[in-house]
Amino acid sequence: MTTFLREYTQGVYDILIMPEYTFMRRALVVGLLVSLCAALLGVSLVLKRYSMIGDGLSRVGFGTLAIAMAFNAAPLTVSIPAVVAVAFLLLRLRENSKIKGDAAIALISAASLAVGVTVISLTTGMNTDVCNYMFGSILSMKEWEVTLSIALTVTVLLLYLFFFGKIFAVTFDESFARATGIRAGGYNMVLALLTAVITVLGMRMMGAMLISSLLIIPPLTAMRLCKKFRSVTVCSAVLSVLCFFVGLTLSFALPRGLPTGSTVVLVNVAMFLLFWLLSLLKVRRKVI
Amino acid sequence: MALITCETAAFGYEGGTAVRDVNFALHGGEYLCVLGENGSGKSTLLKGILRLKSPQSGRVILGDGLRQREIGYLPQQTVVQKDFPAGAFEVVLSGCLGARGIRPFYTRKDRQQAEQSLRLLDGWELRNRCYRELSGGQQQRVLLARALCATKRLLLLDEPAAGLDPIVTQELYQLIQRINCERGVTILMVSHDVNAAVQHASHILHLQGRQLFFGTVRDYAQTQVGKRFLGEGVNAE
Repeated sequence: MTTFLREYTQGVYDILIMPEYTFMRRALVVGLLVSLCAALLGVSLVLKRYSMIGDGLSRVGFGTLAIAMAFNAAPLTVSIPAVVAVAFLLLRLRENSKIKGDAAIALISAASLAVGVTVISLTTGMNTDVCNYMFGSILSMKEWEVTLSIALTVTVLLLYLFFFGKIFAVTFDESFARATGIRAGGYNMVLALLTAVITVLGMRMMGAMLISSLLIIPPLTAMRLCKKFRSVTVCSAVLSVLCFFVGLTLSFALPRGLPTGSTVVLVNVAMFLLFWLLSLLKVRRKVI
Repeated sequence: MALITCETAAFGYEGGTAVRDVNFALHGGEYLCVLGENGSGKSTLLKGILRLKSPQSGRVILGDGLRQREIGYLPQQTVVQKDFPAGAFEVVLSGCLGARGIRPFYTRKDRQQAEQSLRLLDGWELRNRCYRELSGGQQQRVLLARALCATKRLLLLDEPAAGLDPIVTQELYQLIQRINCERGVTILMVSHDVNAAVQHASHILHLQGRQLFFGTVRDYAQTQVGKRFLGEGVNAE
């Protein structure tokens, strides 16, 4: 145990200090910012029963990345607009009660994955690039992705700081919010847009299969113990950043080298289980 | 001038009209109860008045200087709210948002208004509780306080007693009566509880795909529709 801790601390030290690990610091910055934004947006998504949207969007992201690679286009310039478009579409379907939202997401998600896999096997074949897109790679962070994630974080933080009350109102009770003159539709659009961008951005690091966990798990964990919207939001953001940091450094510092995406998810799951246990204990104490 | 006037208004969903030929006027201080069976267009009418839905024909006119944002609304509870992690006071306070416009933060005045509303409904001790841990009646109390924050003049209630037991229902009706009498807030309540309507309301609007009756409670009891509905109510008990 002590050897493990020593190695881990040394690893963390390396990442933060060693200048030759530029890619690592990029991954750290992008990852922390993406985790922060994802956790904030995730609170609204989970509470509005949109949990599957992140999952669906990441599959669409994967499909479009495959197409972009086939045509030698810059991956994200194709992916981001496509995923944003699908996010708006899903939102529309959700508002139209005749088509069930979850079925639509499942349909789009399966279709995109199938398109992606087909296009890949027709062109490049299942190479490392493809594997990286599916399960993530911390090596792939580019300079402009750092810029994009900083811009996105600033937007999300400003939004949550200045419109917190309205985000609460729209999440808690959309028809009341509309009736009192809040433009709920507008807030939903912004939420969908930001979720789409976060999904594509995070997909590079976490992988298409795992990115939705960053949106969903931290809010769920926070909800085990927190009982107010404000505390759930803050707790979710803090947990997400913490779990990402631990996950990333673990994956890098351990001698074997674990895949980053799955390690982060596992740390998140462990945190969820911990909070769940704590909530059970709390209930029991109340009963006694 | 009436607060709300409906002129031969019709409302519906895509591919169908839920209710048509609605003609009524609601004046300040009145208590109007909209009666009708399930699917008779009651909730659709409410959405029309709130401009969440535009009329297919006819007009809904707000009068007496009433602005759209000054209408308080108690919607039916959704599944989403049942387990929502929110503080009761957080919920009440969110009623002040409509009047707040683009200002980002709550003011001291907003907080005072939220406190007053909650106290009026004997719900002040609920303020630090978690919304999802409240009983059905307490949740309605909190939502009613929120609606009160949004209005001083007109409150629209959509089946406020749905899912509540008889005693809590009675308490809720008394609170609504109190809002009507003490605050002078005009009430428009959708319900299918005929007996409670006759007991508390001043006017009745009876819908069944179209308007069957509009007038005072006393007149309602004399009409064919009223007699039949009231009779049914008595038999059912």
